Amino acid sequence: MMTKTSPRSDLFMFVLFSTAILTMPIWLAPVGAGYPDLLQKFAIFGLFALGFNLLFGLTGYLSFGHAAFLGIGSYAAVWSFKLLGMNPLPALLFSVVFSSLFAVAIGYICLRRSGIYFSILTLAFAQMSYNMAYSVLTPITNGETGLRVLQSDPRLFDISSQTSGSLISNLFGIEMTGYPGFYFCAALLIVGFYISQRIFRSPFGMMLRAVKSNQNRMSYTGLNTRPYTLAAFVISGAFAGVAGSLLAVTDPLAGAERMQWTASGEVVLMTILGGAGTLLGPILGAGLIKYFENIFSAYNEQTLHAIFSFLPDFMEGPVVSLASLFVGEGWHLTLGLLFMVIVIFLPGGIMEGFNRITNMFRRKRSQVGKGTGHSRSPASATAAE
Amino acid sequence: MEILSVKGVNKRFGGLKALDDVNLSIEQGHVHAIIGPNGAGKSTLLNCFVGRLIPDTGSVTFMARDLIGARPHEINQAGVSRVFQTPEIFGDLTLQENVMIPTLAKRDGAFTMNAWTRVDSQGEIRDKAMHMLEDVGLSDKKDMTADSLSRGDKRRLELTMCLVQDPKLLLLDEPTAGMSRADTNNTIDLLKRIGERGITMIVIEHDMHVVFSLASKISVLAQGTVIAEGQPEDIKGDPRVQEAYLGGTHV
Repeated sequence: MMTKTSPRSDLFMFVLFSTAILTMPIWLAPVGAGYPDLLQKFAIFGLFALGFNLLFGLTGYLSFGHAAFLGIGSYAAVWSFKLLGMNPLPALLFSVVFSSLFAVAIGYICLRRSGIYFSILTLAFAQMSYNMAYSVLTPITNGETGLRVLQSDPRLFDISSQTSGSLISNLFGIEMTGYPGFYFCAALLIVGFYISQRIFRSPFGMMLRAVKSNQNRMSYTGLNTRPYTLAAFVISGAFAGVAGSLLAVTDPLAGAERMQWTASGEVVLMTILGGAGTLLGPILGAGLIKYFENIFSAYNEQTLHAIFSFLPDFMEGPVVSLASLFVGEGWHLTLGLLFMVIVIFLPGGIMEGFNRITNMFRRKRSQVGKGTGHSRSPASATAAE
Repeated sequence: MEILSVKGVNKRFGGLKALDDVNLSIEQGHVHAIIGPNGAGKSTLLNCFVGRLIPDTGSVTFMARDLIGARPHEINQAGVSRVFQTPEIFGDLTLQENVMIPTLAKRDGAFTMNAWTRVDSQGEIRDKAMHMLEDVGLSDKKDMTADSLSRGDKRRLELTMCLVQDPKLLLLDEPTAGMSRADTNNTIDLLKRIGERGITMIVIEHDMHVVFSLASKISVLAQGTVIAEGQPEDIKGDPRVQEAYLGGTHV
């Protein structure tokens, strides 16, 4: 695993990744995903999953309440808009500060337990945040209606105080919707990827993987595991906070449903689907889920009838009614099936699939080259990045 | 010079008195073996040294430092390393990483947020780890994951992880259990070499061949108390020891 990476190969990977992200509008157009709203979602949830993976993928601590930080990030960003004006930069700063503070507090308590107890504790905290945002914290969160920026808000540093029209976040005059909004999110995703890559390759990252592997050995080796896990938890909470603030930047509105357990579960699915503990996996998983959500939930019975119109009438009816279970509102059923297939056949996610395919080709080539069955290199079995 | 002093240690598990007023004195630079029949409390005693168990009464002092109540990582940072009965290693990581982690722990302490440098730029640490792996003959397996090793190799890896920290005191809980005769002899040679470097060792062992080829002093534990202590030659002939091992019938 370690021998396969070098500063050079990592730089290559980073450049390749950045190029791929920035050219997404071009290469995703043929599959019908090349429009800014969806691309923004790819980048935002990619960042969310990337941060989640720093905790779950490296230390093995499965947080089931990460959406709380997403929500906190959104609320902090909208408050920054309300008080300081529509510039996204202070909003980002606010989100990072607040989500980190919450992560320190929640992490300090939850990390006293590991395994399923940790997951339940984080879930409890997230549900508490969700319910509080709906009820007692209404003055801050505006309850059910959701927090939005109003014309009457102070917005101290807004130069041209608009008096009409809807308020849109803008970075020194560039409005954060459409493609500029996407590129802003993409830039942050790339920064996030770089940070994540540094952590993966660092001694700190190695210690986090040691936490996952054997905490007992760690403490008898003279390492205090608690600060390591807490640091990972806070970093990953800050990533979620940034993702939450980007949601608010592209659409200045924050609602409590962003913190619900389904949102926490979604990021777990994204990470596992792509491959927990790998650098690229979580981003792939996030992209795939957001893409499917978008494509499948757009289908309705009319479109299905159009697709299956080539079938004879007596078959078309049943086929359409069966297929309609999996699309539209029912797209979660498709997601569930996909998830089952991946977890059963590729426990390491999509990245494991890629690795298997490349290993297959590599083995074939070495067999042709040497004429004998080449023994599997031990590192390739575990190399995930 | 005394490196570890154990005075009046008691430990009860419910109705069972696992340790009953144990007193031990470990001299620096010696190999001290603790032997005794199954259930004599040997592992319990070792657990009291590394902070896994806290004795009910008594004191454990390591180089003038009280170890009672200290956390495991603090005890390790003070210079006590332990090899477990079942190998405790980082199964998902490569051998090289397994050895680099204790090396880093020794250099950087219990927690360092070293998140911006690269592992592969830590040349000094890696060289030290690789040197140690060569020393025990595992260097050609450095990129294998630790879980794929044989049981004997896992033990040797764990020992390497302890040695790379240059401990002042090394605790070994049955280091040769489940090993073939050849592997056992290799381990004895390795431990002898370690002893020559001046590392103090406490060895718990069942295999008398290992005990008598390594130890310079032996304590015999039975039913939680030290029943005999002395040079290997004295212990061999001690009737109380034979009685404890063979259950009271005269041989």
